[in-house]
Amino acid sequence: MTGSGVVLRLDAITKRFGSLVANDDVTLELHQGELLALLGENGAGKTTLMNILFGHYTADSGSVTAFGRLLPPGHPRAAIAAGIGMVHQHFALAGNLSVIENIIAGTERMFRWRSDQSKARAKLAEISDRFGLRVDPDARVGDLSVGERQRVEILKSLYRDARILILDEPTAVLTHQEAEKLYETLRAMAQKGLSLIFISHKLHEVLAAADRVTVLRGGKVVAERRAGDTSKDELAELMIGRRVARPVRDKREPGPVVMQATATSIVAGGTAKLSDISFELHAGETLGIIGVSGNGQATLGQLVCGLARPTSGRFELLGQAVVSPSPRRFVSAGIGRIPEDRNANGAVGEMSVWENAVLERIRSPRFSVAGLVRRAAGRTFAQTIIDRFDVRGGGPDTPIRLLSGGNMQKLILGRSLETTPRILIAAQPTRGLDEGAVAAVHEEILAARRAGAAVLLISEDLDEILELADRVQAIVKGRLSPSVPIGDADPRRLGLMMAGVWQEAA
Amino acid sequence: MMRLERRPDIPLSLALSAPIGAVVVSLALAGILIAAAGAPVWEAYQRLFLGAFGSRLAVTETLTRTTPLILTGLAAAVAFRARLWNIGGEGQFYVGALAAAALGSEAGLQLPGYALVPVLMIAGAIAGAILLLVPLLLRLRFGVDEVVTTLLLNFVAVLFVSMMIEGPVKDPMAFGWPQSVPIVGDAILPKLVLRSRLHIGLLVGIGLAILTWIVQSRTVFGLESRAAGLNPRAAAFAGVSLKRILMTIACISGGFAGLAGAIEVMGVKGYVTTDLSPGFGYTGIVVAMLAELHPVGVIVAALFVATLFVGADGMSRALGVPSFIADVIVSLSLLTMLVALFLSNFRIRR
Repeated sequence: MTGSGVVLRLDAITKRFGSLVANDDVTLELHQGELLALLGENGAGKTTLMNILFGHYTADSGSVTAFGRLLPPGHPRAAIAAGIGMVHQHFALAGNLSVIENIIAGTERMFRWRSDQSKARAKLAEISDRFGLRVDPDARVGDLSVGERQRVEILKSLYRDARILILDEPTAVLTHQEAEKLYETLRAMAQKGLSLIFISHKLHEVLAAADRVTVLRGGKVVAERRAGDTSKDELAELMIGRRVARPVRDKREPGPVVMQATATSIVAGGTAKLSDISFELHAGETLGIIGVSGNGQATLGQLVCGLARPTSGRFELLGQAVVSPSPRRFVSAGIGRIPEDRNANGAVGEMSVWENAVLERIRSPRFSVAGLVRRAAGRTFAQTIIDRFDVRGGGPDTPIRLLSGGNMQKLILGRSLETTPRILIAAQPTRGLDEGAVAAVHEEILAARRAGAAVLLISEDLDEILELADRVQAIVKGRLSPSVPIGDADPRRLGLMMAGVWQEAA
Repeated sequence: MMRLERRPDIPLSLALSAPIGAVVVSLALAGILIAAAGAPVWEAYQRLFLGAFGSRLAVTETLTRTTPLILTGLAAAVAFRARLWNIGGEGQFYVGALAAAALGSEAGLQLPGYALVPVLMIAGAIAGAILLLVPLLLRLRFGVDEVVTTLLLNFVAVLFVSMMIEGPVKDPMAFGWPQSVPIVGDAILPKLVLRSRLHIGLLVGIGLAILTWIVQSRTVFGLESRAAGLNPRAAAFAGVSLKRILMTIACISGGFAGLAGAIEVMGVKGYVTTDLSPGFGYTGIVVAMLAELHPVGVIVAALFVATLFVGADGMSRALGVPSFIADVIVSLSLLTMLVALFLSNFRIRR
């Protein structure tokens, strides 16, 4: 595929936002039939660059050339006309319309008595066939899975005759299997002559899927590698700018059981969210719960965080049956909780760092007396967390939404660990974080375990489970598999367990 | 190319300039209408200012008008902060007024003066709170939108008051006029300034505004209710009981509006009619928005709105400009305020 012509060229692109240089003299070439990965941490300038290419932003200097023709800056229509298509991280689809309606929307003239879909259908069928992108054109988009919706987005670009396709973090919303399938599709598309750029911060998928990798750091291109000539370690170092020490897990003897579920079920709204799950969590060990998201992890998280009461079965905390759970009771019993979605559940964005740090224990005498908030104590507590967990980007009085995802997560982790919990619940603790922040979070989780805490790690990331957990159980459709020691779990076996096949595994 | 970008945070200077800018713009826009009515704009606004502050009587009248607006403004501000959309301040005002009038009449509670005044105030507050708890319970139990229910309950409340003052609590000495029996002398609020209508209700309003501010900024309840308003899911995760917070907020909000009605009866009128309120409940929403929902800002915003209403009468008498211009300015200031609030989230970038 090399040697074929350059279809897209970004030349010396520079873009400033105030004092921040988002892109600094970036030059990039894309060849015909190539799958190029744009790798970089959050904030490295990947998305800005693609938005300039697509005409959403105007560069301060530099130019974009597609198929030998200079693109006028700031005109997405010109980019579309030149054959560039973009699939955003957040899809731009109307859920109440059908697939075909979504695809042709905007391509027809507005003032016509009725839309003629027969030509569109034929064209869509032809594109679907050519690239193996199968979607029922009459399905309502709202009924489709996330993976299918992404296919519709890709089809939408192809329908507009895109020959260059840009995908912004395409796997961020996909399950493991869907992501695998997407790489296959992208490779097939490249082989059929399309040229593709995908933006990512995940090393393994860059290595698995791309022909060539361009690494962006601090707005600059720091390296270009052929995917075959590089390694995960090298890419990680290039991306972060320093070596990242992978935390090491030491061997430990598990202590007594601190949390236990016995045939516990939760039924909500007539459907069983959790069915007959059983697990034992020991002090000083990490139990990993692996599963494709949407298989009951959210409800399991609610159960172990004190937000949901079991419908049947037994759920014990520190040897006592939980009868009427409440988050406050769980926190004061020594449970540190890291919720699955830090923006929705973990923090109140408009409130300050210190208020977020103390909210879950505001009624403890440490932080309030007779209903009055001890603000000085709260600020000190926040400052301690900031210092100990290296939270950057603000002080105790900064609104927490101004922190980056990684720093917000460090604060949430810190508020749970600062009081030395006996149990740590970590639900998807590194979702959406870049490599540097992932390593920091993993190190803290291991440190908590070393200090004797029991860790319940709910994750959909195989690597994370393999790195941190001592035992692993899979969650599938609200059921839990028996536990498997991590020594006996390889990716293949875990993959089977995640697919619900654990008879063989047991 | 010009572009709007979301601001990372809003500095205090901008937070203050939003309402001031909104007021200036709405006065300028209303100036066009004044000119269209054939009056000199600058003189009209001078007259308006004199009408509100030009004499001892004018000042006391303006402050008398400010009093209920502080309370209905607080009612809206407190509720909106917790995302409880209480549009029912008008109805709560009337049931509060009715409760105070009925219990404060000759046939009502037999209490000594020092006890009667606070008891009647609390009665008014409870009546207002109950009228807001009903829509809140409907929302919590069945998911009924409280914007609709609280708004519609305003009409129900006014019609209920109308029924009561035509029937059970009708004043037989009022020559057939539909008004309630008057409250007893002991229930009348002491005057703040002699030979004026200004009563100590103003101090109650200011005191409650400051108290609300302290509660919001310094107490556990304030912190929890702010979290519940800004991000209910995160608040619930942290162990805040959303239901309890909303119920308490409803009691406070409805209570303020009901108290406004009770104080208006006890301080100014002495009895209830169906024109007791010139829209105090609705205007309270404007006051709260102009104050950016800040309880101390409510005092200032209420004073501003009262100035317009009282001053516009003076302007109208002097220049023949319809006094409805006050309504226009208040409405315009709400609209411009909403635009200003939206824009202060952004900055212009080239």
